[in-house]
Amino acid sequence: MNTFDFLLQGLLVAAQPMNLLYALIGVTLGTAVGVLPGIGPALTVALLLPVTYKLDPGGSLIMFAGIYYGGMYGGSTTSILLNTPGESASIVTALEGNKMARAGRGGPALATAAIGSFVAGLIATIALAFIAPFVVKLALVFGPREYFALMVLAFVTVSSAFGDSTLRGLTSLFIGFALAIIGIDQLTGQTRMSFGVPDLLDGIEVTTLAVAMFAIGESLYIAAQGDLGPDKVEAVKGSVWMNRQDWARSWKAWLRGTAIGFPIGAMPAGGAEIGTFLSYATEKRLTKHPEEFGNGAIEGVAGPEAANNASAAGTLVPLLTLGLPTTATAAIMLAGFQQYGLQPGPLLFATNPQLVWGLIASLLIANFMLLVLNLPLVGLWVKLLTIPKPWLYAGILLFATLGTIGANPSVFELGMLLAFGVLGYVMRIFGYPIAPVVVGLILGPLAEQQLRRALSISQGDVTVLFTSPVAAVLLVIAAAALIIPLILRARGRGEVLAQLAASED
Amino acid sequence: MSKGHTPSTETRRPDRAALVIAVFLAALGGLIFWDASRLASMGGYSGIGPATIPFVIAGGLLVLAVWTVFEALRGDFPARDRQEFGPVVWIVGGLAAQMLLLKILGFSIATGLLFAATAAAFGKRKLWMTIPIGIALCLAVWLVFAGLLQLSLPAGPLEHLFW
Repeated sequence: MNTFDFLLQGLLVAAQPMNLLYALIGVTLGTAVGVLPGIGPALTVALLLPVTYKLDPGGSLIMFAGIYYGGMYGGSTTSILLNTPGESASIVTALEGNKMARAGRGGPALATAAIGSFVAGLIATIALAFIAPFVVKLALVFGPREYFALMVLAFVTVSSAFGDSTLRGLTSLFIGFALAIIGIDQLTGQTRMSFGVPDLLDGIEVTTLAVAMFAIGESLYIAAQGDLGPDKVEAVKGSVWMNRQDWARSWKAWLRGTAIGFPIGAMPAGGAEIGTFLSYATEKRLTKHPEEFGNGAIEGVAGPEAANNASAAGTLVPLLTLGLPTTATAAIMLAGFQQYGLQPGPLLFATNPQLVWGLIASLLIANFMLLVLNLPLVGLWVKLLTIPKPWLYAGILLFATLGTIGANPSVFELGMLLAFGVLGYVMRIFGYPIAPVVVGLILGPLAEQQLRRALSISQGDVTVLFTSPVAAVLLVIAAAALIIPLILRARGRGEVLAQLAASED
Repeated sequence: MSKGHTPSTETRRPDRAALVIAVFLAALGGLIFWDASRLASMGGYSGIGPATIPFVIAGGLLVLAVWTVFEALRGDFPARDRQEFGPVVWIVGGLAAQMLLLKILGFSIATGLLFAATAAAFGKRKLWMTIPIGIALCLAVWLVFAGLLQLSLPAGPLEHLFW
């Protein structure tokens, strides 16, 4: 069977009425939560994970995919109408989009963001479907040492290659590693870092950590800023439809954004932000209306939004084919798989093709649903932006704790939620990124497992890690990604890297 | 977030808070080292056992602690916004109250208190109003999630009236 057959089969799975309903619930919830200011896609996915607990794996993952895409769409609405972007990947959208909204062109800005996200999501999801089988074939020749090298590369790109400090990125990553050790060692069954506490034997839940750091840490941080007054929501004036000139200026930007965003998301390169910044820079250079940039140029919304969604789909390539999460959002999605005992990777394509292809096909369907949800119904989502802060954050904490209680109603688990929330708050004050902690927690044990397997095969010979050409190349890239930014920052040229910081996604 | 490359008198002083972080990292490393050293060495064929990676991580944390001291002395940490601790105490208190009261009073009352405390942290201090609103909202949430979605949320006296 070729990709087309698989994709058709997947569409049949995804088009079952129940699965359509799950997808619809997923995109609606994802958009609604994603629109809320201060909530990025990672937190959207973490908060909504408990909704899927009682579903079967297929339905749950389909709903999950809808939540993921919905959260991406919702974020762009927030950043256009409110000048505090809910997700770091939308910062660029806010640059031009908010200016457009202030000039009374909020409608076309929302439209170009939604249609651009749709075009990018469509192309990128199809690209995902066609690339995935090749990566799977490639992955089959990967041994433990290649996987280990790939994970080392992911660690470096997530923690220290971008952002404003190598030290703080690595520190976050190692805090994640330290938390990852807790529990029972997978290979020997010995308990590590549990100190005789039975609740620690299962280790730290990724969702508990992510919800604590993103929701509680963020709420504490915002609360501690004191009363800053209400955020100004720009009203959507006039038509949401774009005129002929808007279309003419948008469509190329969408395609370029997609072409930039997808490969960057597909590589273990640390998130959607880089793609959006590159797309913005490209549009700024190619535009025929340079005077409008900074004052609300529609290309500056269209391109980055497309890049944002394309790289969200791209992130699914390493996640589904290699089981390698490269963003905090992907790490939480991996946790979503693991709650059903599913480990994404080449094997999943062989043992559970219906599930994987149903998931990919439902992404296509979710994308159509989101276009419908976001264009005519945008006024409804805008209302969500006007929720006053006290109720908004009270609600966020209500649902944050609901998820933890639903997964494990124990005082101990809530205590961990509180402790990690305070840790996240302190890290936020001192400018430590959160994403590396989450990725370190979920990927650390997998990397350890692969390393120990590789060394078991070689009977303890460490040089084996470097003698495979693939592994050696990956490790060299990882070393370069660690050292080059260090040199750049030491020479005072770190601003560019700081702008690309993966603060949440 | 701007980095301390622009020399100013304030950022060039040793950063006490950053030194505390360094101590924390070193302590965490030490804890992992202590815990790993009591594990039996079961290297097997690979020569690395359950204790090896913890040792590496502990070592990494110690290196990062030293690096943090270095950056703290140079004043390389970014400038921090002033934090107001009143709201933080409200939220932490709300979470602690929910944690302790969850089993006794059930989901709705415990989480309703958290709701009211969070609203208070953001300026809505009329607790006689926010606590009932919070409890009513949480009860609705409980009915949806525990009733319809069959999530196991602890029930208390209030929930038993309905279910």
